[in-house]
Amino acid sequence: MGVSSNPAVGHEPYLAPRGKVGDFLARLRGGDEIAHLLTLIFAAGVILITSLLVYELWINSALSRHTFGWKFFVTSVWDPVFNHFGALPFLYGTVITTVVALIIAVPLGVGAAIFLAELAPPRASDMLAFVIDLLAAVPSVIYGVLGIFVVVPFVRTALGPFLESTFGFLPLFKGPSYGLGVLTASLVLTIMIIPFIISVSREVLMAVPVDQREAALALGATRWESTIRVVVPFASTGIAGSIFLAMARALGETMAVTMVIGNDPRISASLLAPGYSIAAVIANEFTEATGALYLQALIELGLVLFLVTFILNGLARLLIVATEQRGGGTPA
Amino acid sequence: MASVSPVRNAETENMNRQPDNARDAAPSLAKPPEAPAVASSSLRFKVSKLKVFYGSKEVLHGIDLEISSNVVTALIGPSGCGKSTFLRSLNRMNETVRHARLEGQILLDGDNVLNMDVVRLRRRVGMVFQRPNPFPKSIFDNVAYGLRINGCKEKMSDAVEHSLRRAALWEEVKDQLHKSAYALSGGQQQRLCIARALAVDPEVLLLDEPCSALDPVTTAKIEELLFQLKPTCTIVIVTHNMQQAARASDFTAFLLEGNLIEFQKTPKLFTTPSDPRTEAYITGRFG
Amino acid sequence: MNLRTIWRKTLNVTMLSLTGACTLITVSVLFFILGYLVYNGGRDLSWNFFTKLPTPVGETGGGVANAIVGSAKLLFLAMLFGVPVGVIAGVYLAEFSGKTMNFVVRYTTDLLNGVPSIVIGIFAYSIVVVPMRHFSTLAGGFALGVMTIPITVRSTEQFLRAVPNPLREGALALGASKWKTILTVIVPAAASGIITGIMLALARVAGETAPLLFTAFGNQFWSPGWNQPIASLPMVIYTYATGPYEEWHEQAWAAGLVLLGLVLVVNIGTRLVLARKTSVAR
Ligand SMILES: Nc1ncnc2c1ncn2[C@@H]1O[C@H](COP(=O)(O)OP(=O)(O)O)[C@@H](O)[C@H]1O
Ligand SMILES: [Mg+2]
Repeated sequence: MGVSSNPAVGHEPYLAPRGKVGDFLARLRGGDEIAHLLTLIFAAGVILITSLLVYELWINSALSRHTFGWKFFVTSVWDPVFNHFGALPFLYGTVITTVVALIIAVPLGVGAAIFLAELAPPRASDMLAFVIDLLAAVPSVIYGVLGIFVVVPFVRTALGPFLESTFGFLPLFKGPSYGLGVLTASLVLTIMIIPFIISVSREVLMAVPVDQREAALALGATRWESTIRVVVPFASTGIAGSIFLAMARALGETMAVTMVIGNDPRISASLLAPGYSIAAVIANEFTEATGALYLQALIELGLVLFLVTFILNGLARLLIVATEQRGGGTPA
Repeated sequence: MASVSPVRNAETENMNRQPDNARDAAPSLAKPPEAPAVASSSLRFKVSKLKVFYGSKEVLHGIDLEISSNVVTALIGPSGCGKSTFLRSLNRMNETVRHARLEGQILLDGDNVLNMDVVRLRRRVGMVFQRPNPFPKSIFDNVAYGLRINGCKEKMSDAVEHSLRRAALWEEVKDQLHKSAYALSGGQQQRLCIARALAVDPEVLLLDEPCSALDPVTTAKIEELLFQLKPTCTIVIVTHNMQQAARASDFTAFLLEGNLIEFQKTPKLFTTPSDPRTEAYITGRFG
Repeated sequence: MNLRTIWRKTLNVTMLSLTGACTLITVSVLFFILGYLVYNGGRDLSWNFFTKLPTPVGETGGGVANAIVGSAKLLFLAMLFGVPVGVIAGVYLAEFSGKTMNFVVRYTTDLLNGVPSIVIGIFAYSIVVVPMRHFSTLAGGFALGVMTIPITVRSTEQFLRAVPNPLREGALALGASKWKTILTVIVPAAASGIITGIMLALARVAGETAPLLFTAFGNQFWSPGWNQPIASLPMVIYTYATGPYEEWHEQAWAAGLVLLGLVLVVNIGTRLVLARKTSVAR
């Protein structure tokens, strides 16, 4: 190549097709195709691992799925001795703790995010956001420890009796309060998910273009009106995304919930009563599960958890991406 | 051949050089009637009917141009007229742009560059970009980069020193070769990039507005440098500074909206342009 | 009209103060909790804690040395397994993948990232523990390794993409092939970012308990080699905190503080490094 002068004539298209094989070999010599192939193998490895995960969950729960069918989700007897497995108490416990946690965390988190994005001086806002991001990195077992030694006594001695005496006529707050229970788990979850909500919401709020705010203020809106009528609606899908993200995290949370929920597979109307969650029952009983059906029932619970968080995470990502694109697209 | 620099390492010599007879044959292949003859130089690039597309947009509409060795050829024209595109076709850097497509023919010493191994082509045709782009490595490692990826191991420091001297940077950096290249000023960084390109001993050096981010003093230094490189290297420089083209080049090509309007010896183009559009441009009536 | 203005102004002030109150409540609760941990954990930290094995209940002076070493071993395995896959797949995403593959791989990565950690535990159990027929360090390391992959992939891709294009062009124009450009210019330019991503991934899995419950399991003693059940800091915290003994609780606080310190130091350190890097680049 290139040694003898060989004035080609005619028009050569760019990257002239030298034949697929010839082209591939030429690039192989340079190593580019090898590198491409090698990195592709590793990327495919990620896909493989993920598929394998789904596959393992699926086949290892086959026995349970066939034995109980859809009834698995609507019966509430969990009896390893007689091989009766119904998941309803765990589904209920998971959903109720998550819902209560969201009811407390969303207003607090979004409110704080609005404050940080709209009102706080930028430096203070950045500082606080930094600290809040750190809190999102705290391992869940540590929240569990704090739950056991701080939140449980608090609910047992202060919050529980108070709710009981004030709202005890509602089944929701019927005593007695043991400390360990659904409400405690919800509070611990609240503490765990608030950093997520604040962090993501603050970011989407700050991505709202400045001209949107200025337009509202220029029309004579107060700060609050511009925020609630213009900025928050603009960022609403992103905020919803942050809530879904928090929800997925709360549903899948294992350790902190296991340590404080009381681990009792019964459905009670009262938030003060102990309960159980999907992740907690897997954590507690997996190593002790004797018999194939028992183990497979637990794995089916894992499958359920996987599917639910999968859907929520997908939704969350979609929403966040949608808002960020809207925010990024407008100023240009 | 005047294009052989004083110090050359044997390996690049083998890799990059053609036998002299092959190159001497080149000028006889085609001597275009309008091409200005220069006694000491031969034909290096012969570009014919070059069209370049980005997606479906045609930005060069069939350029015919011959570039002689050992002279400085300047490309001028208003911005967006396709100067960079033309330059980047010569070493096939346009291939890094997705959707870029090229038609026509580019011969380098008689060989079609489109059929060459692109890695070898780029070793023979070096390039300096508009903004200095040193690697985040030491000064030494920047200059040695091209040699290292070519597998050269011996006498690295000699080669580095030689390249830095050719780029007129040696005196300023000889005591800090192992400092980060980012510690240098913009002008020094650009000369470092020139040294980096020179280290692999290219036959051709392409410069795309190398001075547009630099101050006048540094610009003058780089123009002086081009003058000194001329005996050892063919230089093609894109500039939209007409004074620079007039000062530093031997030939000037004027491009407008993807067409080559005029290609002349520089003094002629700037004093008695044959095309009214050229005249309009150099007298500042547009662009 | 005037009344309406007053109402609007009052509403403005009230609501804005409310958001401020939200911030105050959240931040102070969070700070209180951390402060409490530091206070309680600090009380029970001692030299023995880091150097001794656990003692039987009732004897004092025990420590969690085996769990500290165990966590280190598990993280080492996680790194060995997860980092190459994560980094190289990240290189694929940033440098080689076409649109479709990029979407597919990213999507899978996000999916894997969202999998609850307890489910990762089930996965590692069925792929490593079941064939080996016993709990092991290997299984725990595998579970943690899987968890590091998505974080590493995404951070690697992100930092590689942030390498300015002129650097690529500079290398290509010198005749470097694509893979040489990647190896000698792009990856080194992104190296500090990539390492940061790896550190953050490790810090995250260092605190994971759920995937270890039925993979690494736990161990009262040293666990030589890679084939036996092994203790780890998060597992010790879980066991001790939920146990009935006062000494255990104290140890749980102390271990919690150590784990938290580790995680926070890595997080703060890497974030500061990144912040400095981006501010220099600007
Ligand atoms: N990567 C690209 N994709 C699409 N169009 C491009 C690209 N690069 C340049 N162009 C277009 O090609 C034309 C010529 O550009 P360029 O060669 O950079 O001009 P010059 O260097 O003379 O300013 C311009 O109209 C420009 O918009
Ligand atoms: Mg240009």
